[in-house]
Amino acid sequence: MKLIIAYIQPEKLGDVKRELYKAEVFKMSVTNALGCGQQRGYTESYRGVEMEVNLLKKLRLEIAVNEGFVKPTLDAIIKGAQSSKIGDGKIFILDLVECVRIRTGETGGDAIG
Amino acid sequence: MLLSAILLPAGVLMAGEGDAASPTLGIDTLWVLLAAFLVFFMQAGFGMVEAGLTRAKNACNILTKNTLDYCVACLMFFLCGYAIMFGNGNGFIGWTGFGMNSAENPSKVPLLAFWLFQAAFCGAAATIVAGAMAERMKFAAYLTYTVVISAVVYPIVGHWIWSSGGWLAKMGFGDFAGSTVVHSVGGWISFVGTAILGPRIGKYGEDGKPRPMPGHSIPLASLGVFLLWFGWFGFNPGSTLAIGDGAAISLIAVNTNLAACAGAISAMLVVWKFYGKPDLSMTMNGCLAGLVAITAPCAFVSPAASIVIGLIAGCIVVFGVALLDKIKVDDPVGAVPVHGMNGVFGTLAVGIWGQKSLGLARDGLLHGGGLAQLGVQALGNISVCLFAMALMAVVFLAIKGTFGLRVSREEELRGLDIGEHGMEAYAGFQIFTTQ
Repeated sequence: MKLIIAYIQPEKLGDVKRELYKAEVFKMSVTNALGCGQQRGYTESYRGVEMEVNLLKKLRLEIAVNEGFVKPTLDAIIKGAQSSKIGDGKIFILDLVECVRIRTGETGGDAIG
Repeated sequence: MLLSAILLPAGVLMAGEGDAASPTLGIDTLWVLLAAFLVFFMQAGFGMVEAGLTRAKNACNILTKNTLDYCVACLMFFLCGYAIMFGNGNGFIGWTGFGMNSAENPSKVPLLAFWLFQAAFCGAAATIVAGAMAERMKFAAYLTYTVVISAVVYPIVGHWIWSSGGWLAKMGFGDFAGSTVVHSVGGWISFVGTAILGPRIGKYGEDGKPRPMPGHSIPLASLGVFLLWFGWFGFNPGSTLAIGDGAAISLIAVNTNLAACAGAISAMLVVWKFYGKPDLSMTMNGCLAGLVAITAPCAFVSPAASIVIGLIAGCIVVFGVALLDKIKVDDPVGAVPVHGMNGVFGTLAVGIWGQKSLGLARDGLLHGGGLAQLGVQALGNISVCLFAMALMAVVFLAIKGTFGLRVSREEELRGLDIGEHGMEAYAGFQIFTTQ
């Protein structure tokens, strides 16, 4: 079992979801996140004065998957979120120790699927 | 000529002040100015409705458009709009009084009071279009076509109907406060503009079905509806341009009010029956629909007729919204059903419920006048809508072919506030930009 955490551009969520659905991955958690990478934000102007915005809006996507789904999920996220420009985001993959479905008490791979 | 008008404002101020000592004239002037201030404040109503019914990431953009179109409309109406609308010319267009230099004054109140009232109307016609084309149009494109609407399209149509020499005015076409001149023009220009612009990204799924894109602040939108309703008490009763014995303005104010109430209730009931819940945004659209529909007949019909007109207007708006989704014309605030469709209905209502004893040229259908008035109303409204749509289609296509009508996909998804203005409406808040 793996936990896939991806930071993506907010406006790419629609595209990423569509690709994930095509790969039959329907379960995910999405949260608003702020962050910055190498480019350290952008500038806005407010009443004529430049203003540095160094934390950018991102989305954090969390998806727990069984081993067989790791590759398709990664491919789908990359396909949906990639624009080949700076700021497309990153994907982290973590080992998942356990998973419990609260309603039934199922554990492990059954609880994820 | 324009230069002298700007350099010599005193000359403008003098024009039209014939009988300034009369107290009746003073009261009438006060009434027209007060009405002008109310109509001006409708701009705030439009702003709040449009901002409330669109998404947070585009709120700065829509309010910038709202602010600027009023400013552009007023300057254009000063420089050439008024001359085209009320100047001497032929039945099609006026051609004297550019820059308000020795401009004609068809009213009894001072020229500048009349001008301010008319200028506020011109601003309203221009701003209607902003809502329908919201969330995806370039700011520069918006400014460009606002100039054309307020300097050319609205004044020409106004000349046909509200100038004594206009060809529709001569036929006895009845549009008391502008269901055709302001609302049909704004609404049907919105329709062509939106059709040419295309729907917002994600509005229609791959299966072709419409997806809801909820507005970000229903409280703001409902505040906007009440501001518009309040302003309408200047828009309709103010169009008398005189207090008289008070009977006419009382009738008009009551008719305006009743139609708004009836429109809201019927839209609520229809949406409840067909979609299961009394949807507030549709109820508010119904209220505005009633106001638009009563704008032309407000002086010519009885209060009972106003209620019927409002009830029908509310139904039209609900089915109009569904119809637009069917043909995939994406109008985020419902400007086409509210202003376009009900502008047509209100104009026709004059020919159905209108009464000669209240100042109309002929009795309407239900008062034994036959189809004559209804025919004139239909002819006038169709000519106006076709003219405005054809002219603006050329303008929209020209903008599309040169510097572009629509922002890039990336900018649209990220929001026009950042893309067009480099600022946010709600700095410090987390706004979802995932749609």
